[in-house]
Amino acid sequence: MSDIAIATDRSHRRWQSITYFISAQRGILLAIAIFAVMFGLYGWKQEVGLTSNIINTAANKGALLALVAMAQTIPVLTGGLDLSVGMIFLLTNCLASVIVNGDPLMTSIGVIGVLLVGLLCGILNGVIVVYGRLQPIIVTLATSAIYFGFAVVLRPQPGGSVNFQLADIMTRSYFSIPVSLMVLVGVVLFIWIPYKRSILGRAAFAIGSSEQAAYMSGVPIAPAKILAYALSGLLSSIAGLMLTFLTYSGAAKVQIGNDYTLNSIAAVVIGGTSLFGGVGSVIGSIFGAFVMRTVGDLLIVFDINPVLQPLFVGMVLLLAVSIGSLRLLRIKNKVDLYR
Amino acid sequence: MTDGPMPLLRMENISKSYGGVRALQDVRFEAERGRIHALLGENGAGKSTLIKILAGVIKPDAGSIAIGGQPVQFASPYAANAAGVACIFQELSLLPDLTVADNIAITNPPKRFGLIDLTEQSRFAERLLARVGGDDIHPMAPVGDLPLSRRQIVEIAKALARNPKILILDEATSALTAADVARVFGMLKQLRDEGLAIIYISHRMHEVAELADDCTVFRNGRFVESFAAGTKTDDAIVELMIGREYKNVFPARAPKSKDVAPVLKTSNLSWGSQLKGIDLEVRPGEVVGLGGLDGQGQRQLLLALFGTLVGLTGTIEIAGKRVKLSSPRQAKSPNFGMALIPEDRKNEGLMLPMSVRANLSFAAMEMFSRFGIVDRAAEDKAIDSIVKLLQIKTDGVEGPVAALSGGNQQKVVIGKWLMTGPRIVLLNDPTRGIDVGTKQEFYQLLVRLAETGVAIIYYSTDYDELVGCCDRVLVMYDGRIGRTLAGDQITEKNLVAAALNLPSSTPPSASTQSPSKAIAGAQA
Repeated sequence: MSDIAIATDRSHRRWQSITYFISAQRGILLAIAIFAVMFGLYGWKQEVGLTSNIINTAANKGALLALVAMAQTIPVLTGGLDLSVGMIFLLTNCLASVIVNGDPLMTSIGVIGVLLVGLLCGILNGVIVVYGRLQPIIVTLATSAIYFGFAVVLRPQPGGSVNFQLADIMTRSYFSIPVSLMVLVGVVLFIWIPYKRSILGRAAFAIGSSEQAAYMSGVPIAPAKILAYALSGLLSSIAGLMLTFLTYSGAAKVQIGNDYTLNSIAAVVIGGTSLFGGVGSVIGSIFGAFVMRTVGDLLIVFDINPVLQPLFVGMVLLLAVSIGSLRLLRIKNKVDLYR
Repeated sequence: MTDGPMPLLRMENISKSYGGVRALQDVRFEAERGRIHALLGENGAGKSTLIKILAGVIKPDAGSIAIGGQPVQFASPYAANAAGVACIFQELSLLPDLTVADNIAITNPPKRFGLIDLTEQSRFAERLLARVGGDDIHPMAPVGDLPLSRRQIVEIAKALARNPKILILDEATSALTAADVARVFGMLKQLRDEGLAIIYISHRMHEVAELADDCTVFRNGRFVESFAAGTKTDDAIVELMIGREYKNVFPARAPKSKDVAPVLKTSNLSWGSQLKGIDLEVRPGEVVGLGGLDGQGQRQLLLALFGTLVGLTGTIEIAGKRVKLSSPRQAKSPNFGMALIPEDRKNEGLMLPMSVRANLSFAAMEMFSRFGIVDRAAEDKAIDSIVKLLQIKTDGVEGPVAALSGGNQQKVVIGKWLMTGPRIVLLNDPTRGIDVGTKQEFYQLLVRLAETGVAIIYYSTDYDELVGCCDRVLVMYDGRIGRTLAGDQITEKNLVAAALNLPSSTPPSASTQSPSKAIAGAQA
């Protein structure tokens, strides 16, 4: 082969690498695009424009669902589902309204306690799924009811309190950047990326892609699944903490838990994660959640009755999923449709 | 470690039963460092069971395994890997959504600061791919997007990534092109010289003859004999395997008259860059082979005829009438009478967890139902006759098809389409991974079908089959029919030459370089 041929071959390879990379991020890019369009529209319709305050409020509302959706993403990647994310969110919210109080030391212990409880709820889900050999959907449906029960025991009536200084820090902006967004970025940098680059994280993708092939390849299936549900519980409890910081209280309302669980699944799908598992990212889910939340904001600026929000959320969900599957129209061999 | 006469691997008195069926009965097997050991036997002889035990997929009921003199017990494939056993399974163990590099490095990826190092992983994958002849495969490509033969190369690279002491290949070459096989063989011989113990399972006798140092034959779950390669003729080995005398593999065929009108005719059939102006005619009772290197448009041609390709140009005529095929459902209807036996029986051919009965009657359901209600009696009758015709070995048609051996599963796929009473049967490499005995039954079935006037288009990657079964062979090259061979012209030599697009006078000895170039050219 001549030098020129080798050089073209190399640049061709590099070009291929870029195309493969972009094609792997397709889902995330689509979610970002939809969000950008919707949020741009929102900013344009706002009389005052996108002030720091408005962005902060939007971020605080979006971050809760974003965290729960991130929690949902990881079990979904393994080909599972976690119907308990919303209830872990409620339980940890109620717990935080009891124990995240007092002097800085007590408050810190409280925060760690809340996160630990979330982690334990997740581990319990994972252990039952793996060693009980049960379907995740039914396991987490059952445990979600149990977690809700504990939440009611902790907080029979809405109320409680939370360390005010900490709550204030976590819900305001610094240099126009909302702390809630920093929390999301922190989760991506310190939990998601290391996880994705770890053996057990990769194993989660492998299991979702083909559990049988993963087993035959000697992939550590049981620890990977347990870790996936454990992380899901942990992320749900971060969401629970953030809810407490936003509301200064705890409330065990079944409707809220259920809404968050179902909306998290929608956000995961809008974010480009496959419900069959094996493909996806929590980053997509963040934008998926933002898309869902922006629908509500858009209704306000367009003066539409907020009661109609579910109607529009449903339409956005269908639209996003349809755009995601547009590439199927390009398939020229119909056999490929069923793969 | 002792380097005495002790073999690296010794398996003794291994037994395994599934339910009441004895898959292995008191067998032994040994493999030594620096040798390639062929494990031979029909499907159902117990080879796969033995390999699964060695790979930690299943546990034996009795018996012992020792590696390097140390007794071992594997609870999982993970444990077997850790002990230096790597297995390339017949059913691919790849993760379709992950990239090539992720797959190759799945159990032991290179790390930096405790995290997987993607750049190094990519280089690692490239090095291994180059070693097994997969330089054309991009390490970032999702495995699910690769064609079968490339996936198989990735699978081999993945096994090597574990630095095994014992490497097992279970039908690992059945999806490969001839050029790939040559490169993989070169690599296996090199690994043997480096001191690996290699266990090789293949139904292709010439591969065994070329590679093996030792052979062991199993039959019906029992050990039959171990012997040094080259001390027995192929016929003698096949007799050991099937336990009866090995007669002519391919049944004799009566010559066809050319006067009959073609039942299927295409002209200028084209699809993207993969099919370029295909003209073909098939008469009732004719077996027309598709030859050529893998991936020259043979599969696309079969799919085009089965109505799954969108944007097809050119014309298709069935029994003299011009037709437009837009789905398999339409193609199979009595007006057209097409049947396609797919290459990937686990995904496209069968519903594995469902019963043999359900699988057999899916395609033909409408034929024995009235107003959408299935006539069970008619269904039973049809199923009975097809099970008898194909001699499908099952414990009963209500059992799941997943419990059958590979050969019998393939019979179910074929049976399911025969139940529709097709006029035109399209076969996509139907004997991949099937044992000699079942293959022989399949050839006879093919001839019987042709004799009843069914037109058959037969794509096979095994040149012997094209030579033995076909009236004509259309050799495809780069989406075109490169050459048509008929009658006495159908020889292995001519098929190879035509597949490489060489002029027929050139001897095929050229060099091992030319096939790989031809493949690289075709895939560019």
